[in-house]
Amino acid sequence: MLEAQPIRRDDQAMTQIDYEKAGALIGIEVHQQLNTKTKLFCNCPTEIREDDPHFTFLRRLRPTQSELGEVDPAALFEFQKGRVHIYQNYDDSICLVEQDEEPPHLLDEEAVNHALEISLLMKSQPVDEIQVMRKLVIDGSNTTGFQRSVVVAFGGEIDVNGFKVPIQTIGVEEDAARKIQEKGTKTYWRLDRLGIPLIEVATAPVMKTPEQVQATALRIGQIFRVTGKVKRGLGTIRQDINVSVKGGAIIEIKGVQQLNLIGQVVQYEVQRQVELLKLRDELKNRGVRSGQIKQVVHDVSKLFQKSTSKVIKASLKRKEGVYALVLPGFAGLVGKEVQPGRRVGSEFADYAKFWGDVQGLFHTDELPNYGIIADEVNKLRRHLKAQDADAIIIVAASKSASTDALKAVALRAQQALKGIPAETRGPLADGTTRYSRPRPGAARMYPETDVAPITVTKKRLKRIRQGLPELPEEKLQKFHEEYHLSDELANIMIRSLRIDLFEDIIKKHPKLAVTAASTLETSWRNLEREEIKVDDIPEEQVLLLFDRLAEEKFAKEAIEDLLTWLAQHPTQTVDKAIQDLGLGVISKDELKSIIEQIVEANAVMVAERGDRAIGPLMGLVMKEVRGRADGKLVSELLRSAVKAQQQS
Amino acid sequence: MPTDEPAGYLGEAQKTLDKAKVKVGDRISIQTADNTFEGIVIPRAEIGADDKHIVLKLDSGYNVGIHVDNIQKLKKLKAGKKGQPELPAVARKIKKGVPWVSILSTGGTIASRVDYHTGAVNPALTADDLYTVVPELGDIANIRAEVLFSVFSENLQPSHWTTIAKQTAKHLEESEGVVIAHGTDTMGYTAAALSFALQNLPRPVILTGSQRSSDRPSTDAALNLTGAVIAASQAPFAEVVIAMHRLPDDTSISLHPGTQVRKCHTSRRDAFLTINADILGEVKDDKVHMLVDSAAYHHRDPKRELSLQPKFDSKVALIKTTPGMTGELIDSIIDREYHGIVLEGTGLGHAPETLMNAIERAQEEQIPVVMTSQCIWGRVQMRVYRTGVELVQQGVIPAEDMLAETAYVKLMWVLAQTRNLSEVRLRMLENLVGEITDCSKRSQYEEMTRQ
Repeated sequence: MLEAQPIRRDDQAMTQIDYEKAGALIGIEVHQQLNTKTKLFCNCPTEIREDDPHFTFLRRLRPTQSELGEVDPAALFEFQKGRVHIYQNYDDSICLVEQDEEPPHLLDEEAVNHALEISLLMKSQPVDEIQVMRKLVIDGSNTTGFQRSVVVAFGGEIDVNGFKVPIQTIGVEEDAARKIQEKGTKTYWRLDRLGIPLIEVATAPVMKTPEQVQATALRIGQIFRVTGKVKRGLGTIRQDINVSVKGGAIIEIKGVQQLNLIGQVVQYEVQRQVELLKLRDELKNRGVRSGQIKQVVHDVSKLFQKSTSKVIKASLKRKEGVYALVLPGFAGLVGKEVQPGRRVGSEFADYAKFWGDVQGLFHTDELPNYGIIADEVNKLRRHLKAQDADAIIIVAASKSASTDALKAVALRAQQALKGIPAETRGPLADGTTRYSRPRPGAARMYPETDVAPITVTKKRLKRIRQGLPELPEEKLQKFHEEYHLSDELANIMIRSLRIDLFEDIIKKHPKLAVTAASTLETSWRNLEREEIKVDDIPEEQVLLLFDRLAEEKFAKEAIEDLLTWLAQHPTQTVDKAIQDLGLGVISKDELKSIIEQIVEANAVMVAERGDRAIGPLMGLVMKEVRGRADGKLVSELLRSAVKAQQQS
Repeated sequence: MPTDEPAGYLGEAQKTLDKAKVKVGDRISIQTADNTFEGIVIPRAEIGADDKHIVLKLDSGYNVGIHVDNIQKLKKLKAGKKGQPELPAVARKIKKGVPWVSILSTGGTIASRVDYHTGAVNPALTADDLYTVVPELGDIANIRAEVLFSVFSENLQPSHWTTIAKQTAKHLEESEGVVIAHGTDTMGYTAAALSFALQNLPRPVILTGSQRSSDRPSTDAALNLTGAVIAASQAPFAEVVIAMHRLPDDTSISLHPGTQVRKCHTSRRDAFLTINADILGEVKDDKVHMLVDSAAYHHRDPKRELSLQPKFDSKVALIKTTPGMTGELIDSIIDREYHGIVLEGTGLGHAPETLMNAIERAQEEQIPVVMTSQCIWGRVQMRVYRTGVELVQQGVIPAEDMLAETAYVKLMWVLAQTRNLSEVRLRMLENLVGEITDCSKRSQYEEMTRQ
């Protein structure tokens, strides 16, 4: 009933994945900004700004240590490299709370209510007392170094095309600051987004195919939307997807923004994991052992003094060098594809770029190429005493950056023998993913002692329960049965961005439901295709348009013309549009005489073609009266006029 | 901040836990009508908590509060571990050629670590702890750490100042400088107290603390602490100073003179400002940069003999005069046999005429009354308006440009040495350690209020 968009099948290899055999288990977390007046822990507006920031300040975040001495290795690494964060601010819309210069205010009640409402819609059980937690996030996206997060409900389930998907938790958390740019060791963030409440719904990892995941995400998004309490538009919704296959580890892909990319991401990720397991098996077959992969970095600069490779030339000119790492038994495997356009070498390069400040790497599976000639590769092999079965990784950068990078590659290569390293990955535009950091251990959370817990009273739940909106399938049924929309149109409508407007129209004019639906979807899209900015028309004018239609001030054939005119004159009214376009409805007598004139003028055609003249004549008449007369009436009158002409 | 007592459960929640013999830290399962929760019982939050909920830390890391009325079944699964978990051992290296610095802690958690099992924040107090939490300290100095006491700064007494002064004097004999980790609320008072108690210093005494608790990644504590240790070991001066963030940025640490510094913001990192004086210097890029002339401070001189006078008379009151105030308040202070009164008057140092009788009585009873201004910035000048003139005639001592808090501490210190009114007057009007300046500079107000 609620069907997901079909997944792109542009890659033949993709369709051959046997998800059952791979044992894929997938869960998702859907986050969407709540449309609240204020932020979650202060009274600042939830507004994203593009004007120039008023001032900035600089901070460093220190990885804090747990009792067990654990420190997030990626965070520690960034700290040691001297990572600083520059936060951009606006005097009039950002306060000391976002700047981490004042303790948080109380948890925003409006956000809690929205989240409770969504929880009840998903049959999730609200907690008795909401506890605010701090979840450590040390990448700079939160000025505090942690994200404040609460769980408001546990359990529940949603129905996705008959498939029951259990919900694990529903929560609310602060949105992060927006990353503006990264320059060397400086990261620039803007604090406008920090603190906007996000609803977070996490499903159990029970989905087995990309289609199920995409349909589930769509379904969760629909339930969010029926409440009317979430923000819209790109950037307001983000999905995290966790994927594991049998024999692998959990991979978390964070921050997929486009709904229709989800299926693709899952597909490619399962493929990647299956390929990595095959890689492991092949390495085992070749007898490669972890101990053979040594973190030994060789300075091979002297072999490349005359190299024509641009990257190498530039590095030597900067007085840096060329460094190499031998991967025993890896020949032919580094070039192995794990995702379309991404090879094992790309996985290595991700680690090299993250842990060492290098632009990229070369590997012998792709050489000679990129200005590196066969002679250089041969010399390199001889110099490092590498066998034909071995692969060599090369980077051209400073000694310390190259060492960090190649050691990271060696570690990653060792992990290849075990299979799939647990990682957090980020999505790329085509649905493939890139390593972003190691997956943190158990989420490190501790209580936010600056914010008091909130009791969820029975009274409060009752009040929310009374105001619960209809679910999409209830709406679908209503559109279909009460308003006689076709299956197709009803389905389109419940997914429409203009569903609220549609419901406002049909509340007043139930008989115009079909016209309203096709106007808001079919006509809308036709006009958008012609680059007419229909979205600029104020909603109240669209409502008024249907009032006038109900009053028969114009005929429905004129709707597109009216919308066009209104889009071009967004400050004007429907009444002005009707007047300007000369759309007053003509009387039946007047219509009759127009038709008779046209039939008479085309008497020859009527004589020659008889009834078959009605088609072309209809066109001529409609050209004259479009928007001012009902098409059905025109056809009726024309038919009798032609008959009369034939008899005369 | 450390908790004085482990936060516990009260009322119904406590009864429910007691009945099942469950203690904080135990792993239990709770069954409700809708759900079964399994997790560790964590201490009840101290702020805004009622006695109806039991809080569990679930395996996901989230805490959840369960109402006692909804509990159908409660089962203890595993007893919690007693005591604090062991800290990872850190090989303490004593570096040759690196100066020794003492860090005395008084209760401000300048460094701490979080127990993610229960959510408790435990202070790092020993030198080993400090090296583990702020490893870069080891590159700056060899640390000698001592815990003096563990008291919230708002609960500190003049007797604590005495202890701090004595211990600081001891540590000054063997360390290049002493750092005192202190809660920020009353750090200004303690800085003033140490300025009077520890005169003729051979080496610097640096107070520091944090406005953002040290368990969070964005804490200002680590930079304040490293700044303080750098100042203690490298600064050219031998003064009591406060080392705290100069800006909201993590770039620079101000070095404020101990008698002319005040906490002026409730929550910002740069809450401390130098008042009616010039900021001494700053620590930036791991170096001390002096911002005043080298004649403006006492220079470090290990051979100089410290003069320690650590006694304070705690029977002193600091009163803010307000519209509508009557003499009753001052009368009752006199009735209670206080030894001295500091008034925080309005404007140039005025008090409503309704106080005149009470002030006259204080003079009769040989109780010194000192006038400061609630304007914070500027100097009292009691010869401009009649009220001022009358107050001076009554014997009120105008405290020049001394901060009210500093005048309060100074009066306590002076009274511990003499109760003779004219003696007290002389000492109060004399600049002993930079608490009074003879010249008010334009920049001292504008610069301090640069924001």
